[in-house]
This record gives sequence, structure tokens and C-alpha cells, in this order.
Amino acid sequence: SKTRETFREKLSVITQGKTEIDEEFLEELETILVAADVGVETTLAIVEAITERAKKETYRSGEELNRMLMEEIQQLLLDTDTAHPLDFDAPLPETPYVILVVGVNGAGKTTSVAKLAHNYDKAGKKVIIAAADTFRAAAYEQLKIWADRAGVPLIGQGQGADPASVVYDAVSSAVSRNVDVVLVDTAGRLHNKAHLMEELAKIMRVAKKKVPTAPHEVLLVLDGTTGQNAVQQAREFTKFVNVTGLILTKLDGTSKGGIVLSISRELKLPVKYIGVGEKIDDLQLFDREKFVEALVGRQQE
Amino acid sequence: MFDSLSDKLELTFKKLAGQATINEINIGIAMRDIKRALLSADVNYKVAKKLVEDIREKSLGEEVIKSVSPAQMIVKIVNDELTELMGGENKPLNLSPKKLPAIIMVAGLQGSGKTTFCAKLARRLKKNGKNPLLVAADVYRPAAIDQLKTLGEQVEVPVFSIEEPDAMKAVMQGLEAARAGAKDVLIVDTAGRLQIDEKMMAEAEAIKNALKPDELLFVVDSMMGQEAVNTAREFNERLDFDGVVLTKLDGDARGGAALSIRQVVEKPIKFISIGEKVDDLDLFYPERMAQRILGMGDIVSFVEKA
Ligand SMILES: Nc1nc2c(ncn2[C@@H]2O[C@H](COP(=O)(O)OP(=O)(O)OP(=O)(O)O)[C@@H](O)[C@H]2O)c(=O)[nH]1
Ligand SMILES: Nc1nc2c(ncn2[C@@H]2O[C@H](COP(=O)(O)OP(=O)(O)OP(=O)(O)O)[C@@H](O)[C@H]2O)c(=O)[nH]1
Ligand SMILES: [Mg+2]
Ligand SMILES: [Mg+2]
Repeated sequence: SKTRETFREKLSVITQGKTEIDEEFLEELETILVAADVGVETTLAIVEAITERAKKETYRSGEELNRMLMEEIQQLLLDTDTAHPLDFDAPLPETPYVILVVGVNGAGKTTSVAKLAHNYDKAGKKVIIAAADTFRAAAYEQLKIWADRAGVPLIGQGQGADPASVVYDAVSSAVSRNVDVVLVDTAGRLHNKAHLMEELAKIMRVAKKKVPTAPHEVLLVLDGTTGQNAVQQAREFTKFVNVTGLILTKLDGTSKGGIVLSISRELKLPVKYIGVGEKIDDLQLFDREKFVEALVGRQQE
Repeated sequence: MFDSLSDKLELTFKKLAGQATINEINIGIAMRDIKRALLSADVNYKVAKKLVEDIREKSLGEEVIKSVSPAQMIVKIVNDELTELMGGENKPLNLSPKKLPAIIMVAGLQGSGKTTFCAKLARRLKKNGKNPLLVAADVYRPAAIDQLKTLGEQVEVPVFSIEEPDAMKAVMQGLEAARAGAKDVLIVDTAGRLQIDEKMMAEAEAIKNALKPDELLFVVDSMMGQEAVNTAREFNERLDFDGVVLTKLDGDARGGAALSIRQVVEKPIKFISIGEKVDDLDLFYPERMAQRILGMGDIVSFVEKA
């Protein structure tokens, strides 16, 4: 049988009449974090930070303790820097503003590109999409359907073409057509495949030929159900391309995506957006507080 | 990524200098190492806890052979335990020879690798002298049918699909087409779905009940984290699948989710998917998986010889 109980309720039970944090509470917290894919090291670091703080401070209520806990975890997550506006309505630092979307196979890149296109379009920006996944079966056809749904043009050369050349085309056309945002969908690639990672580095170089500051953003898409391997993905992708932020997908499922805490801690990458479904509207700006609330707010028995 | 479990254990026992045997004191620390290694490999925390308890029992009872260190000894015990949990031997596909066509259906979360796997399996069966038909029953994902058709061309297996967005209809007509075309195996690709999506799970259940597949395979991404068990459990409760396909093992994830799933649903892992190309399919070998999860080199064979 499955019972869901908010952590807050549990917390108030554990801390009733107590002013300090006890072992049982810390163990409970550790379990919750590990179960949310936060990872052992980061979990222990959080538990330690909380123990340290609790030594110096007094908590009169579960509510107070809860606030401290949320604070400690939230502070691991970074804000997006101002060079990469989060809000779709915000003015862009430069146009065309080129966004490269990368990640391992099946993470949700193409769907996320469509969602981003839709949002920028809604915000009144002129958008084009570049179909730089020329490898996977029907990748172009999939993206074409999405581009039509978002109502934005798609630039591509079909299966087997050189992805860097598609990107060159798209950026060139963006310059001549005064496009605001170029969204580049790339093929899924596992980070341990050197030749595929090298291909990304090449795409980066080619994008710069027309617009020297491009790509302005590289968004790494992580499947929210991914466990500890996500850290390795982030490590490798950042070696080959200048990743500026994360999109965490499939958070409409039961996974919590806690691994982004470890990625933030080690690689200082902010989460920018979250995917919460398969429809074009299912993209949200990342909200630290809500995320942490969901992370520790529920527990499965 | 992180040190292998055997390195970690060697270090632990070295720190406890002078303790050349497994005892109540050093076992505690060794078990902590093992638990952390399992969690770092994405073994579900509940499964890891239970496993560590079992390993502890076995280790304490074990007499240490002179020529190996206590660390090596424990690694061997861990490895044996994991291999056994992974299911001992490889389990083949079980296709009824009488029923024509034999039916294989796949299901799983979004992006796990179902469509690619269907094409790979079709190719494999064709190579073994079968005459398969692929059916496109994912009527939701943009260009899912095109994707299967392209892959079908690559493996030279026909793909049945209909225009109408009705998965059940596609499946039933596909079955008719297979019979009419004297196909001996029907492989049904379904849409990705979340186990908490009632409407989609009901659809999968209805398809299963209508088809009565010989093999219903649950396709799971080897990079999956702690929720793999809950996902697998709920798919299993709903669909009572026959086996598991573990995908993207060409990556460097340890794949502890596989162990957790195996432990919780007690269904064999039948295939592994190891790349994007249509040939990248292999049978599942439990002891290789155990060693991958532990991140071990040849320590096991070393202890075996001792
Ligand atoms: N439930 C859910 N499904 C999603 C989400 N984002 C993407 N998906 C689904 O995940 C599957 C893969 O999505 P894609 O966008 O094709 O992923 P990709 O990274 O482009 O995949 P490749 O190009 O093959 O590497 C599709 O079935 C999507 O509908 C999300 O936020 N929630
Ligand atoms: N590296 C690698 N990629 C794989 C493997 N299996 C599938 N893929 C890739 O993973 C992505 C998703 O595969 P699909 O077969 O489309 O997955 P799916 O489960 O059918 O996805 P949905 O229908 O959207 O739920 C594609 O980019 C595939 O090429 C594998 O074993 N290794
Ligand atoms: Mg894609
Ligand atoms: Mg599919």
C-alpha cells in the first residue's frame, strides 16, 4: 500500500516539543533526499550543513526548522545569470540570439525546442528552428510537425546532412531575415562517445562564423528520471560545449530530478526550465522554491 | 566517475590495519561502503538496504581464504549475491510456435527506446528465419509512425500503420494484416506513457487484453534513477509484463536500476540495447551486469581462482 504524507507533517511530528535536530530526523531527511536522486555525496553534504546550523541555532517549531531546511537546500540551486534571460518577454541581449539544445538520447530535446519556440513566439519574438539532428530516423519529420504547431519556420537539409552546415544555413538566414531567436535541435548523443561530442564542438565553431558571439546559450536537456549518471552527462557536455543552463524534463512523472542539486553543486549550472508534459504548453520557468518543496515535500512508502 | 567498489573496500580494510579477517567491527564500515556504492549506481535505496543486510550475514559466516584479502572476499560475496539477484542465466524469448502470428508488444516510459528496440528485434528475428511485421501503435508522438517506417526500411521489415489516431484499431488491423500476409511474428510498438497516466495505462491494458501477446516487454532506460522500481512495479501491476529490455547500455551509467527492477518485479531482463544502430542489440548476461553495477575489473575471477 502506498501512503503519501507531506514531509512538513512528518517534520512537525518529529520535532514536536524539540528544539534540536535528532538522529531520527536526519535519517529521515537522508532517505528522502536519496530517494529523490540527490545522490549520496550531496545528501551527506546537506545533512552536514543542517547539523552544523542546528548546533548554533534554536528552533522552536517544526515550521522554523522546515524553513531552515528549505533554505539550505535552495541555496544549492543557482540563479540564471542576467546574460541569459529566463523570461521570454525580456529583451534579448543580442539578436539573432542563438540557442543550442543538447543532451543524451530521448531526453526531450526536440519537444523542448518546440516548447521554447512556442514561448518566444508568444512573446512576440521572431523565431526560427534549425533541424540539426540529421541522424535519427524521422527526426526532421518530428521537428517539422512541432515547428508547424508553434507556427515558426524550420530550416533543414534532411537525413544524413552535415549538422554543422544546417546550423550555418540557419544562422545566416537569421541574420538576413532579422530573426530574434534561433533554436537549434541537435541529435541525441551519449556523452561518452567522443566523435559525437566532437561534432557538437564543430557545430559551436560553425555557428560563430556568421555570429561571432553565437551560440549565446547552450541548454543541456536532462531527463528528470535520470539517476546519478546525469552528473557525468553534465561534466562531459560542459567539456565540449559551453553549457549555460539546464532543462529538466518529464517532471510530470513521479521522479523528482534531485540530481540537479549535485550538478549545481559541482558544475555551477542553473536549471532554467522544466518540462511537465508532452504538449507545447508544458514548459515552465524553473522555480527553486517550488522545486525544493516538491523534492522533500512528499515521500513514498 | 567514482572508484570501483573493490578499490573502496581495499582502502577501508587498509585503514583498519592489522585486521586481516572479517569481523563485527570492520564489517560495519565495509557495509557502509557497499551501500554507498550501490546507491551511487542507482540501486534503489530500499533494495540496497536489504541487499546489504544479506551480504553482511553471508560475509560474517564466511571463512577467509588465506590468499585473498577480506576486501576481495567481500567483493566476491557481493558479486555472487548481485548475479543471483540479476536472475542467474539468460532467459530467451518465449514465442508460441502454434500461434500464428506470435505476438510481441513493448511498453515503457517516454524516450526509453521502444521504437528503436522494435526495429532491432525485427531484424534479429528476421535473421533467424522469421517473417515479422511491425505495427505502429504510437498514434501520439509526432512522426512516431515515420520513425518506425524509416527503421523498418533499414531492417527490411514491413510496417503496418493506419491514418486514424486510434491505437487499438491499428493493432487489430495489424493483426489481420499479419494473418493475411502469413507473417509469423507481430511486433507492436506503443507510445511512451507515464505509469500515473490513467488513460494511457488503460489503453495499454486494453491492447494487451485484445492481443494476448506471447511476450510483453517493458523497455527501460539504464540511466534511470530511484523511481525505476515504482515505475516498473506499476507497469507490472497493470500489464503483468513478461520481461525487461534495458536500453542505452552503451553509455556509462552503472545501471543499478536494473537490479532494483529485477528484485521488485521478479521478471527476467531479456535484452540489452547498446546503441542507436539496428544491430546494437544483445542478450542479457546477469553476471556482466552485476560487475558493471559494482564497477569491478577482474577481481571476481581472481578470487575464483584463489
Ligand atoms: N511526460 C513527458 N514526456 C516528455 C517530456 N518531454 C518530452 N517528452 C517525451 O519524451 C519522448 C522523447 O522526446 P524527444 O523530444 O523526442 O526527445 P529527444 O531528446 O529529442 O530525443 P532524440 O532526438 O531521439 O535524442 C517523447 O515521447 C516526448 O513526447 C515531458 O516533459 N514530460
Ligand atoms: N545510445 C543509444 N541510444 C538509443 C538506444 N536505444 C534507443 N536509443 C535512442 O534513444 C532515443 C529514443 O529512442 P526511441 O526508440 O525513439 O524511444 P521510444 O521509447 O520509442 O520513445 P517514445 O516513443 O517517444 O516514447 C533515440 O534517439 C534512439 O536513437 C541505445 O541502446 N543506445
Ligand atoms: Mg530529438
Ligand atoms: Mg517510440
